[in-house]
Amino acid sequence: MFLIRRMIFFILLLLSSLAHAQDDPFAGFTGGFDDIRKGIEALAISGHPQAAAAITALQAGTLLAGAGGVLVIKDGDKTIDVHTGQPIVATGLRTVRINNTVRRAAEAAIGSLGLFAKDTSTRRTSAEAVLKSRDPAALPALDRALELEQDAGIKLVMQQARAAAQLAAPDTSEPAKLTAINVIKARGDLDARAVLATLANQPPAVMEAAKAAILSLDRIQQFWSVAQSVFYGLSLGSVLLLAAAGLAITFGVMGVINMAHGELVMIGAYTTFVVQDIIRAHAPGLFASSLFIAIPLAFLVSGAVGVAIERCLIRFLYGRPLETLLATWGLSLVLQQAVRSLFGPTNREVGTPGWMSGSTPFGGLTITYNRLYIIVFAITVIAALITVLKRTPLGLRMRAVTQNRRMAAAMGIRTPWIDALTFGLGSGVAGMAGVALSQIDNVSPNLGQSYIIDSFMVVVFGGVGNLWGTVVSALTLGIVNKFLEPLAGAVLGKIVVLVALILFIQRKPRGMFPLKGRAVEQ
Amino acid sequence: MSRLSTTICIFLVLGGAIAMAALNLLTLPGSPLHVPTYAVSLVGKYLSYAILALALDLVWGFAGILSLGHAAFFALGGYAMGMYLMRQIGPRGVYGNAVLPDFMVFLNYKELPWYWLGFDNPAFALLMALLIPGLLALIFGYFAFRSRVSGVYLSIITQALTYALLLAFFRNDMGLGGNNGLTDFKDMFGLPLQSDAVRSGLLVATAIILTLCLLAARYLVTSRFGKVLIAVRDTESRTRFLGYRPESYKLFVFVLSAVMAGIGGALYVPQVGIINPGEFAPAGSIEAVVWVAVGGRGTLVGAILGAVLVNAGKTYLTGAFPEIWLFALGFLFILVTLLLPKGVLGLISSRRGGKP
Repeated sequence: MFLIRRMIFFILLLLSSLAHAQDDPFAGFTGGFDDIRKGIEALAISGHPQAAAAITALQAGTLLAGAGGVLVIKDGDKTIDVHTGQPIVATGLRTVRINNTVRRAAEAAIGSLGLFAKDTSTRRTSAEAVLKSRDPAALPALDRALELEQDAGIKLVMQQARAAAQLAAPDTSEPAKLTAINVIKARGDLDARAVLATLANQPPAVMEAAKAAILSLDRIQQFWSVAQSVFYGLSLGSVLLLAAAGLAITFGVMGVINMAHGELVMIGAYTTFVVQDIIRAHAPGLFASSLFIAIPLAFLVSGAVGVAIERCLIRFLYGRPLETLLATWGLSLVLQQAVRSLFGPTNREVGTPGWMSGSTPFGGLTITYNRLYIIVFAITVIAALITVLKRTPLGLRMRAVTQNRRMAAAMGIRTPWIDALTFGLGSGVAGMAGVALSQIDNVSPNLGQSYIIDSFMVVVFGGVGNLWGTVVSALTLGIVNKFLEPLAGAVLGKIVVLVALILFIQRKPRGMFPLKGRAVEQ
Repeated sequence: MSRLSTTICIFLVLGGAIAMAALNLLTLPGSPLHVPTYAVSLVGKYLSYAILALALDLVWGFAGILSLGHAAFFALGGYAMGMYLMRQIGPRGVYGNAVLPDFMVFLNYKELPWYWLGFDNPAFALLMALLIPGLLALIFGYFAFRSRVSGVYLSIITQALTYALLLAFFRNDMGLGGNNGLTDFKDMFGLPLQSDAVRSGLLVATAIILTLCLLAARYLVTSRFGKVLIAVRDTESRTRFLGYRPESYKLFVFVLSAVMAGIGGALYVPQVGIINPGEFAPAGSIEAVVWVAVGGRGTLVGAILGAVLVNAGKTYLTGAFPEIWLFALGFLFILVTLLLPKGVLGLISSRRGGKP
């Protein structure tokens, strides 16, 4: 067994050395300038592992020819054989001389050499580079590289690059150019548009085809940029939704103006910070799942704070919304200062687990994972909230109490308990929102302040007491905001949205989807 | 009691201001009776805030409109005054441009924006300090009251209003100094702003204007108009069915209150020496509400008392124990709403067994 393997190895070795002898890619380098130029061109498309090193050395004047056709690269006081890449002792060395023709050939060759690199990403970037440069000189190298290429994705880029080079080459036939335009149009991005837009001095048919292709590319671009804005808008909308979801319960369902809502979100974010801090110190392996640990904990911490707020403060103020507003605003100041005293006034670092960072291209979109996960998380939270309200005994009691407190009490429901639990649920949801916000915003004692006005706007716009209204309004506001941003700038866009909301409330004081029936009268 | 407390309040405000001004100007800095100039300006600032509190009490205490954006009117009045003071600097700015304020030179403005025209005239600037807040209140109130937005909804949209203005004034393109605001003032009515005499004069002027505002507000709420206003506050629908138009009453008092707040802002800026977009922050407006709540909602005098007390406490606490201030303010909100629904003034009058 061992013997057979050894024999095969030797045979292979023999064959490969034969092949070298027959077709030495470095053969031309010992001849005149013209031979050297031809040698470079051959070498560039040979895919030889030492090709790049040899041509660079030639440009730098460190490529030396020795006795007996030996070709070495001088590296300090060592000499390295170009064929093998191993150190070698050579005698009678002289520098391989170059002139301008050779220099130009070397430069072109270096550009296309990346097409044969081992590393896939290098091959891809080289092909992209050719596409951008549209250099007809790279055509032979591209043809050869296309034959060798295994990766379908890179092969496609190479074909596009080849099409771009063909369009630029003077001797390409008209049908070939039309095909090339189609290949480039299929690419569908800004680079493709740039290739087509710079075409000049072409036959009329080709120019026509290029113009049509540019039009269709522009439409595609427009579509993707709209899609990207929608995606950003959805992501902003789901952030708003998360921040407002808890408020939709406490304000929307219970009618309590909780100005400390933002601080409950902030407490959720700080819970995430504490969880990560403990994990970093005691179980670094768990870091990737830190958010999953933080979500239920943030729910519990913020929920507990919420129940405490309801029992100690809000229950004395039911039916006095303006007083509730003031008292909870005071509470929000106290909570902010408490967190500032405990954790310091500066931003705290909340890490992002590896699976949440990075992005993936999707068509012409760039989908960043953290935005994507926040959208998914917002949907999950809303779904869970609706399930709790509509499908559980607790939710049934909550709805009963908020619709008709005295009747619910007469049916044996302990209304004070339900009040506390409902408020706790809304607060807990705010805490979970804090976990998500800790991933995209600065975790500082002021975190909640920046969301409170937006959250109230979302709930009021959607219609108080209507979770679906909140969902629609958060997503609408998010998308409108993102579409206004490129037109008016981020700050002005926000101002426009605020003013539009103020005007909207004048028209429909009870939001887009007002509740109907007797509950409204209260 | 009400008449008594008003009289005491006017006596204290006017007497205190004049006494402070006199002690500042007539005694030497080494003397134990001397009142330093910074204290004069500090009290002047409190009294400007008191005008804002009075304005807020007029709408909240008597018309039931809890505005969480009243500081916006105050700041607009302040900006009008600030623009006048900016134009008074003339060529004495850092860049020495006779027409353009420093920040405009810095931002490469070639000429004065149109809305700055006329602000070199003090009468025009003072008129604008009244008109701009009044106009904004007129437009905002007209739409809000006509469509019967009330209660908490109104509070939230007033907050959105001041928030939108905050964002707008932060922009450099606004041509009003961006986030640095307007500052580095030199003169007012041709007199050097830094001099003791001008500072003392501003304090006395603020006290006099506060007194006039208080008297006007008192006249208003004790008149027939005031009775209807209180009826609107307590049972809006019933008042409507009796044939009154609640929205007109509300609108009138809202605009009046905004103008009053603008006056407060115009007096505030020369004494503090700066106006920046921070004055629009929603938190500032809510703080003003707590001044009124602490002093006693719907008492007018209580608003002045609350503004002075809370701000004096703020000055002391932020200096002595900076980390305590927000706790104190926060608990103040909670305690006043839970335990002192009628504020300090209500506490005093219930001790005496009388009506406020």
